[in-house]
Amino acid sequence: MTDPIKLYPAKPEKVYFFATCLVDLFYPDAGMAGIQLLEREGIEVLFPQDQTCCGQPAFSSGFNDQARDVVVPQLDLFPGDYPIVVPAGSCGGMMRKHYPELFAGTPWQEKAEALAARTWELTDFLLNVCHIRLKDQGKPVKVAMHTSCSARREMGIAEVGPRLLGQLGQVELVEQARAEECCGFGGTFAVRHPEISEAMVNDKTEALVAAGAETVVATDCGCMMNIAGFAEKNQRPLKGQHIVSFLWERTGCSDGEGEA
Amino acid sequence: MSKARNAILERLRAGRGDQPLQAPASDFSVVRDRDWSLTERLERFETTISSVNGEVHRVVEEVWVQHLWALMAAKGLNNLLVAPETVLGQQLLQQQQASGPELRTYRDPVEHWKSELFNGVDAALTGCRGAIAETGSLILWPTVQEPRLMSLVPPVHFVVLRADQVYCTFYQALAEQGWADQGMPTNALLISGPSKTADIEQTLAYGVHGPRELVVLVLE
Amino acid sequence: MTQTSTLSDVREFHPRVRTALDNPQIRSNFRNAMDGLMGKRQKAFDGWDLDKLRDLGAAVRLRALARLPELLERLEANCIRQGIQVHWAETGEQACEIIGDICKARQARTVIKGKSMVSEEMELNHYLEEQGIEALESDLGEYIVQLAEETPSHIIMPAIHKNTTEISDLMHERTGTERSHDVDYLTASARQQLREKFMTADVGISGVNFAVAQTGTLCLVENEGNGRLTTTVPPCHIAVTGIEKVVEHLEDISPLLALLTRSATGQHITTYVNMISGPRRDAELDGPEAVHLVLVDSGRSSVYQDPELMDTLRCIRCGACMNHCPVYTRVGGHAYGTTYPGPIGKILMPHLLGLDSTRDLPSASTLCGACGEVCPVRIPIPTLLQRLRKESVDGDRLRPSVVRGHGSKRHWKEVLAWNAFRWIFASPGRYRLLGMLMTRFRAFTPSRVGAWSRYRSAPKPAARTLHQLVNERAKGGGR
Repeated sequence: MTDPIKLYPAKPEKVYFFATCLVDLFYPDAGMAGIQLLEREGIEVLFPQDQTCCGQPAFSSGFNDQARDVVVPQLDLFPGDYPIVVPAGSCGGMMRKHYPELFAGTPWQEKAEALAARTWELTDFLLNVCHIRLKDQGKPVKVAMHTSCSARREMGIAEVGPRLLGQLGQVELVEQARAEECCGFGGTFAVRHPEISEAMVNDKTEALVAAGAETVVATDCGCMMNIAGFAEKNQRPLKGQHIVSFLWERTGCSDGEGEA
Repeated sequence: MSKARNAILERLRAGRGDQPLQAPASDFSVVRDRDWSLTERLERFETTISSVNGEVHRVVEEVWVQHLWALMAAKGLNNLLVAPETVLGQQLLQQQQASGPELRTYRDPVEHWKSELFNGVDAALTGCRGAIAETGSLILWPTVQEPRLMSLVPPVHFVVLRADQVYCTFYQALAEQGWADQGMPTNALLISGPSKTADIEQTLAYGVHGPRELVVLVLE
Repeated sequence: MTQTSTLSDVREFHPRVRTALDNPQIRSNFRNAMDGLMGKRQKAFDGWDLDKLRDLGAAVRLRALARLPELLERLEANCIRQGIQVHWAETGEQACEIIGDICKARQARTVIKGKSMVSEEMELNHYLEEQGIEALESDLGEYIVQLAEETPSHIIMPAIHKNTTEISDLMHERTGTERSHDVDYLTASARQQLREKFMTADVGISGVNFAVAQTGTLCLVENEGNGRLTTTVPPCHIAVTGIEKVVEHLEDISPLLALLTRSATGQHITTYVNMISGPRRDAELDGPEAVHLVLVDSGRSSVYQDPELMDTLRCIRCGACMNHCPVYTRVGGHAYGTTYPGPIGKILMPHLLGLDSTRDLPSASTLCGACGEVCPVRIPIPTLLQRLRKESVDGDRLRPSVVRGHGSKRHWKEVLAWNAFRWIFASPGRYRLLGMLMTRFRAFTPSRVGAWSRYRSAPKPAARTLHQLVNERAKGGGR
């Protein structure tokens, strides 16, 4: 019953990149940064153009039929035996943990399980598969880290973000109160129960501001959108950035193509 | 009534058929495997029960009664409920002092002297069947001689524990004393400190409904 | 169910949430309490192999559930052999009647109660009062809640929503106790009020933490001693419990105890573990002359029908899930409107009341997983919440819904929305078109998008989607 120990693959030649719809439509810089970080590690990145969404919004609202219909055409987008990396703990968790249950007992079960087993969260992959070494080229800055609940509890990577940031000499990672507490996003929760969500994101934002962070670096765009959006609307001195964008920006965008 | 019984059992069996479902094996090593020495067990017992306001005195067996009289005097206790038919009770009666506390006995069913028990008894003394190092607990099986309320109603409860009767864990005590095999008494108890509550704003308060003080005399 | 009277109330989740969130006293009382409890729990497991201990806790509970009907029969036989009278109730109403009948047969006027969530579930006090029997709670927290004419806001600490000042005022108004911030004084006052009642009560009613089939033993875990008094002083003791509380062997309670008290309040053990295996025997000088055990089903056997939902019945009622729940911490126990609040309430109450009257509960979670992470018997609470969300909208044609009141949250507008989601996202072409439109017309992005932008600024689509950027890069000679 104890969670099985994660077995990381050897560093592959190629990976598939699953961007997630939030990154694709709202934060493509994070996706591009991820692709470029992987490429800098000498990995060829394959980006299937027919990818859309992991299906989680429908799934976590209880609409399994719609979720399955969105996922099924995408199960064939990753034919090679390469890892699939995802710049989000929550979409990664959907694919790795929930596809097997969503497709259990269906004709797609085997495919879904195979895909799940190959899915990795991007920062986890960079640190534990690529063994990335980051060289900080930015000015001194204070940041706080927000690891999404799915990154923390479904993907088990609470240590990854802080360790990557720890490689950056000029970056001070500040301690926040109740770091492991949810920011109140929860997908459709934020609109189904807006009052509770507001109470949570308010507390989270205040904890980050009190910690003295200028920027909160997040594993997931959902949380980032929630926290930074709240801070902006309420004029709190806090910016949000996806951790992958941040890492790319700090390490000099070294192949010259990055967008800071 | 039996209609409800049959309906409930039927529904339970309808769900899963006649055979029990599969369950994973129970590996008890995590609550069983401790190999603390006697000294270590005593120390752990003392530290743990003290952390919840239990009072522990290690005394040489020959002088425990004198020690008790001194404690009672220091605490201003005027009388003590004892079990005269037990070895401990005998020792107390034999060493009773004229100027010392009055010794009282639980001879009649509680109904006959409830008010007196609740309002007139300062302290009680009982033995125990051992203790548990890990949780700082005393094991009591109340008997005809030492009824259940002795360890509950008087504001101060003295317990005599033999130093060699401290088990590492509850699991070990259950196994070594063979509880399940010999049949359970009407009432078996683990007592780990004086009565307490944190129901008012998480603030600890002692002596809510049971004893305010639990004093353990460890006989060495 | 006896809850018919409160059914409509249960549905009013949102207004209650608003009320709770607007009450700074409630907010700070819960935040402080939950912070304290989380810290204590963590410390309490220092030096333990917690994964292994939780594995054992889960295994013990799973084994008990796997053999549930056999173990209930064995429990019954062993109880009867030792003189405990066993009763079975299909519903809370039946259980109330059984208890009422026992009381009436003894011509009981007053009943003293130890803490029992099952009795809260079936609204026993209310029933007894109707029968002209006074039922008095003796657990300090329950006593406070009863004085205030409220219900518990937490399953372990019933009065956690009140601070000392509020309790002092309440006791002053109701019992004439002098106002004081001295918790020892307030506690002593309650002790005084209740002593008399313990002496004169005709019946004591308690819950059960574990019922051991092997030995016919009822285990009660408590700190105050009120549970022991309740089960020892009155001439008759009635223990009431859900049918799922049975465990197979006496040794099974050892890991469950280790988990229960540490998970609940961070204690390595409670002051008293009270194991009762029968009424007063010959020559014994105290203890009740009659002991009854009332086994209550009340929806549990229906939960048992489904192998996934069955996990709900593993629960040992430690409350750790609510202590760690960011939603519970914000809104408190009363906002849920159910006997069991917090995560365990969200997965249990739909079975007891039906999904129709609890339809807002499964969605009132971010699925953050904190509850599942601390559950001492590894109940996959987020998975079960997900399952109930599916049931509440009948969202899976491959797996028919089974929970009473399923489909009650299915609304045509939402179905339409998810169908639209499917229409777009199941088609790469349509999805890319969406991306193109969003980027091209990003200047026209509405700044208000429903409830989201009530509290946050709305996100703005990027100038180019990642699809477009990758495409352009490939055309431009990039890799």
